[in-house]
Amino acid sequence: MSGLQAHVVVDRSRFRVDVMIDAAAGETVAVMGPSGAGKSTLLSALAGLVSLDGGEITVAGRTVERVTAPRVSTAPMHRGVVLLGQDPRLFPHLSARENVAFGPRAAGTPAARARADADEWLERVGLGGLGARMPRELSGGEQQRVAIARALSASPRVVLLDEPLVALDPVTASSIRGMLRDQLAGTTTVAVTHDAGDAVALAERLFVIDAGAVVQTGPVREVLRAPASAFVASIADMNRMPGVAARGGWTDSDGHLLTSSDVASTALATADGTALAAVFRPSDARVVAGEGANTWKATVLRVEPTLSGSRIHTSAGAVDVGDTRDAWSSGDTVWLHVDLSRVRFVPLP
Amino acid sequence: MSGVADRGYVPRALAFPALLGLCFLILPLVALIARVEWATFVADVTSPAALAALGLSFGTGIAATAICVVIGVPLALLIARSGPRLAAVLRAAVTVPLVLPPMVGGIALLYLFGRAGWLGGLGLSFTTPAVVLAQTFVALPFLVLAVEGAVRSTGVDFERTAAALGAGRWTILRRITLPLAAPGIVAGTVLCFARAIGEFGATALFAGNRPGVTQTMPLAIYTAFNGAGVTQGTAVALALLLLAAAVIVLMLVRGWRPGAVR
Repeated sequence: MSGLQAHVVVDRSRFRVDVMIDAAAGETVAVMGPSGAGKSTLLSALAGLVSLDGGEITVAGRTVERVTAPRVSTAPMHRGVVLLGQDPRLFPHLSARENVAFGPRAAGTPAARARADADEWLERVGLGGLGARMPRELSGGEQQRVAIARALSASPRVVLLDEPLVALDPVTASSIRGMLRDQLAGTTTVAVTHDAGDAVALAERLFVIDAGAVVQTGPVREVLRAPASAFVASIADMNRMPGVAARGGWTDSDGHLLTSSDVASTALATADGTALAAVFRPSDARVVAGEGANTWKATVLRVEPTLSGSRIHTSAGAVDVGDTRDAWSSGDTVWLHVDLSRVRFVPLP
Repeated sequence: MSGVADRGYVPRALAFPALLGLCFLILPLVALIARVEWATFVADVTSPAALAALGLSFGTGIAATAICVVIGVPLALLIARSGPRLAAVLRAAVTVPLVLPPMVGGIALLYLFGRAGWLGGLGLSFTTPAVVLAQTFVALPFLVLAVEGAVRSTGVDFERTAAALGAGRWTILRRITLPLAAPGIVAGTVLCFARAIGEFGATALFAGNRPGVTQTMPLAIYTAFNGAGVTQGTAVALALLLLAAAVIVLMLVRGWRPGAVR
């Protein structure tokens, strides 16, 4: 077995983190979850900064930590696990080149060769020729690039990313995201992020964590398309309306019926009374004049300007409309419609 | 840019007591410099008795500073990386010699290293090594507190990063912790040396006042004003040297503090 297998159990003062996570050799997996769900604890445990209260961690086929006998405990410097966080945390007294050469030199590479390799790494992350700069002479984005080069030059077995792009402006973040994806190819990576776009761009599989436990996992797009919780629905920018199966479709407590042309969704709805959520994008819903197929009635809660127009938040889902927000105000009753090809059903826990 | 608001809004009337305080600090030093007999200055400081005191002061001062660095930096690291409660206790213990009258320190050293003391067998009291011990005792807190502050304020994040990159404990100490604490170590070392060569009370009690053996510059100055040993002219010249050393030390400390106004 290579890559990363981890069963992390850590008791926090207010809750217990108990998470099983794995990544194949060279695979990138993303971890998402609300604030305080235990994502940082998970990364700290994998890095060896927090010791486990249960479970075990295997890195590249070697057990680095195990709580039950025979106990294993490996100090952070012997794990081969490197964490890249929001703060690049470059050593302020070392030049960019020396920062990147730090890991190889600590591992015994002669200084001259480590520096030459460091220059190559800087070239690869788009900072060719800036090796002599001190960290304070670099912009935030450049510092993060150096941090990436430094992490990867240490030939880690596993890279942990803790939202390394969140402190950067969108243009910088986007160019670094592309570079990061290229450089991480072939490196086992666990990436914590709040941004579904990051997850899609960087990772093959997604683990959703809430209250210290994995609540949903699978290929990134599948998880985002079938959100099993309100949290996933919100990061995926989907409406998720709870209801029950009835007459081969989905109904809410008011008796509105939605049907889906999706085969898996229809299969879920065969048994009347099964708890189901209807999921669809706000951009796929429309405001219609009155009752019809796949329509339902809702009360406008608030109207929010968006980049492309307005989003109407209602008592039963949100809907994107053009720039006609003045047409609705809170308290209005509207009829909403979603095409049956655009709606899917997911089981409710 | 220095607008009016940059200077804040301290009442202007406070300038009067402020200037009074400044004069009180500066005028005695001016009076001292005024008493220096420049015609005989070189002869005064190169008289055999003065040279003996000068050489002894610098020799013992450097030795004491070296000892302080060797034992003080590890002590500072220990305090900086202890939990808050233990660190508070250790810091208080280190501060005691700082606030203690040096005389009391001298008596305490005498009861430990003196002939009748616990470690009397070493025969250290009233020897040159006793001078070094006395200076180390009073100067060590300066170094420890300066280095501890620097190490603590740097935190452990850089050390963690270095560990994750595969560096062992000694590598982290050599390449991360000590370089990052360098301004504190330099400042602490310089202050430590200044305190050591100015040491009087503990030395007088524990090492005595034997010319050429334990009579350092401050003791020679004191002795001269009591009418023995070097001449008063020499004493004033030595005092001026100590003053000059103190000023140089201050400038060194300022120069080494990154980002400080020089």
